Amino acid sequence: MKETSTIIEVESWVLRLYIAGQSLKSMTAISNLKKICEEYLNGRYEIEVIDLLEYPELAGEHQILAIPTLLRVSPSPVRKLIGDLSNTERVLIGLNLEPKT
Amino acid sequence: MTQSKVAATSRPQLPKAKTGIQGLDEITGGGLPKGRPTLICGGAGCGKTLLAMEFLVRGATDFDEPGVFVTFEESVDDLIMNVASLGFDLHDLIARKKIVLEYIYVDRNEMTETGEYDLEGLFIRLGCAIHNIGAKRVVLDTIESLFAGFSNPLILRAELRRLFSWLKNKGVTAVITGERGEKTLTRQGLEEYVSDCVLTLDHRVVAQDSTRRIRIVKYRGSTHGTNEYPFLIDEDGISILPITSLSLQHEVSSECISSGVPRLDSMLGGGGFYRGSSILISGTAGTGKSSISASFTDAACRRGERVIYFAFEESPAQIMRNMRSIGIDLGQWVEKGLLQFSANRPTLNGLETHLTTMHKEINIFKPQSVVVDPLSSLLVEGKDIEVKSMLMRLVDFLKVNLITGLFTNLTSGGAALERTNVEISSLIDSWLLLRNIETGGERNRGLYILKSRGMTHSNQIREFLLTDNGIELRDVYVGLNGVLTGSLRLAQETQEQAAQLVHQQEIEFKQLDFENKRMVMDAKIAALHAELAMQEAETMRIIAQEKAKVHQLKLNQIAMAKSRTSDVDVMPDFGEAS
Repeated sequence: MKETSTIIEVESWVLRLYIAGQSLKSMTAISNLKKICEEYLNGRYEIEVIDLLEYPELAGEHQILAIPTLLRVSPSPVRKLIGDLSNTERVLIGLNLEPKT
Repeated sequence: MTQSKVAATSRPQLPKAKTGIQGLDEITGGGLPKGRPTLICGGAGCGKTLLAMEFLVRGATDFDEPGVFVTFEESVDDLIMNVASLGFDLHDLIARKKIVLEYIYVDRNEMTETGEYDLEGLFIRLGCAIHNIGAKRVVLDTIESLFAGFSNPLILRAELRRLFSWLKNKGVTAVITGERGEKTLTRQGLEEYVSDCVLTLDHRVVAQDSTRRIRIVKYRGSTHGTNEYPFLIDEDGISILPITSLSLQHEVSSECISSGVPRLDSMLGGGGFYRGSSILISGTAGTGKSSISASFTDAACRRGERVIYFAFEESPAQIMRNMRSIGIDLGQWVEKGLLQFSANRPTLNGLETHLTTMHKEINIFKPQSVVVDPLSSLLVEGKDIEVKSMLMRLVDFLKVNLITGLFTNLTSGGAALERTNVEISSLIDSWLLLRNIETGGERNRGLYILKSRGMTHSNQIREFLLTDNGIELRDVYVGLNGVLTGSLRLAQETQEQAAQLVHQQEIEFKQLDFENKRMVMDAKIAALHAELAMQEAETMRIIAQEKAKVHQLKLNQIAMAKSRTSDVDVMPDFGEAS
């Protein structure tokens, strides 16, 4: 996990969240994401929220099926998380972030 | 193809989307439910994707209904390549915005589930694709691959339900393919309940012969055929065997056509077989079944009709050579384009494939008569019941199209002659039985008509001869010594001729004898006549003498009286004496 820590230190994170309208799951996902980023990434992050109802063609281009989907655009490799991000432990595993002890 | 009678009622019918797939519209009574989801399930390699694709392509090309094909399994390029071999040019259809291919890639390993989610993304993609080309048809292939990407079964079941109702709300005719479960129709055991129509495909191997079958498990709001129907995938896509046996209402003809053997025609009541009837010729090996078939073929071609000869045992060249030996030249008809041979080893294909190929050839060549020689060799293929159902469909198909079908059937030695191996007698209108009659150290061929529906046919057995000029039928000898054929018949005939000659001579002799007797009698009568005449003459002479004497006496008396000068005036009475 040392490697990961170095990445965190040197790179800024780009996260993209795909949602569909103002649904409950989407709203939950946004607030969960903000909370986790605030806690673990300490300002070195950028969140992009894409509402597929506004840009439906992006769903095909980015191979999005489940809503909400969180995409870790950088650092590479790209990682995909689905769900409302309420399970913090799994989010951290999915993003490859080390949980705080 | 004939129209099925199922949908031919005046009641309001469920709106249906024609599939354009050969045979499927017949068994579904007009197509899949329009604007509703249909599930096609089946194991691997049974043709689900192809059926779905053909549904979409036919919709786009034949019915002007653009379609979206969502594939979860194959990439777009693979899919285009795979169906190109069946003659579907997807590149062109995509370019003309008739079809959209959507490859949705699902990989569970790339996804981490972190809480509640739904498949809205899929809906959005679908909605987008449908909207872009104004699609009326949607295919999802296969639903299992979609499921495989997500681990939460509760969410999936809920989403699946939502997907089906979403598709319904969109008003698209949807086809969803799914894999068969262990004991249920589908893996989730849910799809079949939310679909309005469920078709199962099956790929079975029985006795090394694989057959694909389709069955309509359910169809809400519509009647449908309930059987398993075999289908075939070939270079033209899918063809489900045309089902004509749903009703027994075909037209019949009372026109008779010659069998090519005049004597046989007269046995059948004068004209021969009815046009469009099914004829079975059964018999043991070497009884002349093929010869009768050839004779029938020859007669049909002579009338200018077209014939397809399906041979399963001999090559066309061999048949033509053999038939030339009995004076039937089939080669000339082939040259004139009236006769088409179709010779295949029965083991080449499964039964259903044979049947479908036959259907195709018949549809293309449009013959008035079809010969299948012999049916029994198809038996090495499937099971009896399958052969029977195949034949039933073939016979039905021929009858509906008013094509005369002549089948030969090899009866194995020892089996009852009246029994066909395939139990098809009930399908047959005219049944000729050929048999070997063994007497006097030789085998001879006998023919009789076991049945012939709607004809006053002969009940006699006839001896069947293969001569240089074709087939001849002879009366057999039926007498005190039983039924005689062949040289025994000839011997018997010679014997009878001799006996008749003797008899004839006897009669002649008796006539002669009588003639003689009459002559003798005549002579006697003449002699008696002569004697009588002589006696008469004698009698007359005596009488005359006596009269002369009396006269003389009287003259003497007168002379004496004169000399005595008697006073008595005695006048001589000359009147008395003369």
